[in-house]
Amino acid sequence: MNFDDTPQEAAFRAEAKAWIAANAPKQYEDELRKASLGRVALTGANILEVAKAWQKRKADAGWACLHWPKEYGGRGASPIERVIWQQEEGPFGRLSSMFIIGHGMCGPTMMAFAGEEQKRKFLPPLASGEKIWCQLFSEPAGGSDVAGLRTRAEKHGDEWVINGQKVWTSGAHYSDYGILLTRTDPTVPKHKGLTMFFLDMKSPGVEVRPIKQASGASDFNEVYFTDVRIPDSQRLGNVNDGWNVSLTTLMNERMSIGAGVATGFPELFDFCNSLMLEDGPAIENRAVRSKLANWAVKASGLKYTSMRAISALSRGERPGPENSIGKLVAGSMIQDVATYALDLQGAAGALSGPEDAEAAGKFQAMLLRAPGTRVEGGTDEIMRNIIAERVLGLPGDIRVDKDVPFNKIPTKGRA
Amino acid sequence: MNFDFSDEQKQMRDEARKFLSEQCPPKAVREVLDGKAPYDKSLWKGLAEMGFLGVAIPEQFGGAGAGHLELCVIAEEMGRALAPVPFSSTVYLAAEAILIAGSDAQKQKWLPKIASGDAIGTLALFEGKGNPTPKAVKVTANGGVLNGVKKPVPDGAIADFAVVAARTGSSGRESDISLFIVDLKAGGVEVKSLTNIDLTRGQAEITFKDAKAEPLGAAGEGWSVITQVLDRAAVLTAFEQVGGADRALEMGRDYALDRIAFGRPIGSFQAVKHMLADMYVSATLARSNCYYGAWALSTNAGELPEAAAAARISATQAFQHCAKNNIQVHGGMGFTWEFDCHMYYRRANAVALGLGSLSYWEDALIDRMRKKNAA
Repeated sequence: MNFDDTPQEAAFRAEAKAWIAANAPKQYEDELRKASLGRVALTGANILEVAKAWQKRKADAGWACLHWPKEYGGRGASPIERVIWQQEEGPFGRLSSMFIIGHGMCGPTMMAFAGEEQKRKFLPPLASGEKIWCQLFSEPAGGSDVAGLRTRAEKHGDEWVINGQKVWTSGAHYSDYGILLTRTDPTVPKHKGLTMFFLDMKSPGVEVRPIKQASGASDFNEVYFTDVRIPDSQRLGNVNDGWNVSLTTLMNERMSIGAGVATGFPELFDFCNSLMLEDGPAIENRAVRSKLANWAVKASGLKYTSMRAISALSRGERPGPENSIGKLVAGSMIQDVATYALDLQGAAGALSGPEDAEAAGKFQAMLLRAPGTRVEGGTDEIMRNIIAERVLGLPGDIRVDKDVPFNKIPTKGRA
Repeated sequence: MNFDFSDEQKQMRDEARKFLSEQCPPKAVREVLDGKAPYDKSLWKGLAEMGFLGVAIPEQFGGAGAGHLELCVIAEEMGRALAPVPFSSTVYLAAEAILIAGSDAQKQKWLPKIASGDAIGTLALFEGKGNPTPKAVKVTANGGVLNGVKKPVPDGAIADFAVVAARTGSSGRESDISLFIVDLKAGGVEVKSLTNIDLTRGQAEITFKDAKAEPLGAAGEGWSVITQVLDRAAVLTAFEQVGGADRALEMGRDYALDRIAFGRPIGSFQAVKHMLADMYVSATLARSNCYYGAWALSTNAGELPEAAAAARISATQAFQHCAKNNIQVHGGMGFTWEFDCHMYYRRANAVALGLGSLSYWEDALIDRMRKKNAA
């Protein structure tokens, strides 16, 4: 048992470290390191431009989308090399946040289902960050139950005509392309009537509207489709086989381990180390210490769970559904941590202006963003279902709509 | 990176699991539970024959000389099987104390007997309620004899010898405490069995009246040795706890798959599924903390104090969580004597206290993290 790299891993790490040291945009390092949960912003610079420049520089030197084949803009690296790169890239990895969906989900889906010519045309600019992609799955009527989506695609000659609405689309406002899951046959059960496409987000009839989130920020969008035309050549997979295509997309999410999930614990521990309560330093208060210890072991448990997963990758194993625990644990933990950090401040904990609030309002921002982390990318409840069904082998939920034609499924709760 | 046990160590785990499933089925545990025997003697002999008692004892002292990672592997299996034998007191406490502080002669005298199953040892630390502190040690050592009362002492009623923490000074500092080895079969020692919530592992009160005692380690260094022993034992016990947590989770999972209510397996209800998923989460976090503890223990890393506290807290919580919810999944049947659920519940809650309770280790963890932060 050890934390050591194999000789090949060590060599790769040294090469990555040296290249990053020579090429990373170090002027932003401090700000990136300090950025807490949620949006990363840079003072005096456009984050999108900085991120694109960094991605392009990486791509030109062969450090973009490491695990992709070289001919599509990647490096053909092993999964463990990808993890090592993420570790070395450190705070600069935060500049990749607008590429995560394209690189982690859209790219692999294109790789599995697009034609060779399309792959050579679309994947390299996706890898290099010149083109940004988004994923258009969720809808008002289909969140956790994504197969309940209603956006229609109807065949007209060699084209498909799309009408409907997507929601919670990250980055749609700056995306160039998207992958789109639609309903092509409402007369069969819901999983059997879906079809996947990719499209140009600048196509006529696509309208992107930002969502104002509960936190007040806008990171996501609604996307409306009105008679949007997509050539049949941009269909991914067979007609009505979109569900299986989407599983490929979602599976690839799991490969994204090793980057580490935010728990809020290091921030809280630092905060308690400096905070004075009525009766002395917070860190010496019995109740505070007990809370901290409980979160400390969750944070370290997650850290070493991820080390175990990396070790499995290093041996050549594929990460499995057990990696769902990171998001499940961290999501509610960061919410609890933020709530407690405010509690320690008494009435003043409600103040959120950076000039008035402790720790520059970091915990207030964390608190307001946290509900979203427990929902996005699979709710806590879906994560528990994944663990229960795919890890523990418990039966799936009873699905009363499984064999019912989609257009016969009730759409309203109380009449 | 290979943050995992080696193939050989995993093979040893398989062997231990097979051995324990044959030699220590729930029926055997129940012999001790029902008070028919103070511990499972034939299992103890078998463990010695398998080389498990001396797995971390160097070969020159009669052990297998494997190491602490191997001992972690065995500990996990002992916890899974709820082995009703004085393994933790003899191996994690007594043997480790002698390995840390014993003279060559003391190692020669006791370690081979531990490895062969001929001596049961324990650590006599506590004196009534409270967590480990030098202040709580009142038993005195004077002129080579001990006086005072220790309780609870794990496996004290079946132990042949004890490592005893005693007071040799009155400065109010840690250096007032020294360690001694006492032959419990000799004169001046009275042993009384005490009833405790875990009926598969004994606790005792030991009264020393001018009992002959041999110093273990240098005078005044007893507390520093105790601290090291407790850290090592915390990691090893945490593996037992993770083994127990995993087994309780499996029992709950299996029952949820088999039990039909409202026309379907209860494991298809989200209330039950999600409870089991949460049990899996806490067992997994605990296992990962334990692995870090195992790494620190086996490499004698400076991180051991922090890693041991984290493993201890996490594994204690996981075992308690899994054991109590295993009963909940079982419903009424889980609350019967006949089902094994309560044996895990009893063990989970007793083992949570033995090396100092959660609040003690929470406090220790924060102290140790602060120390590291300041460094």
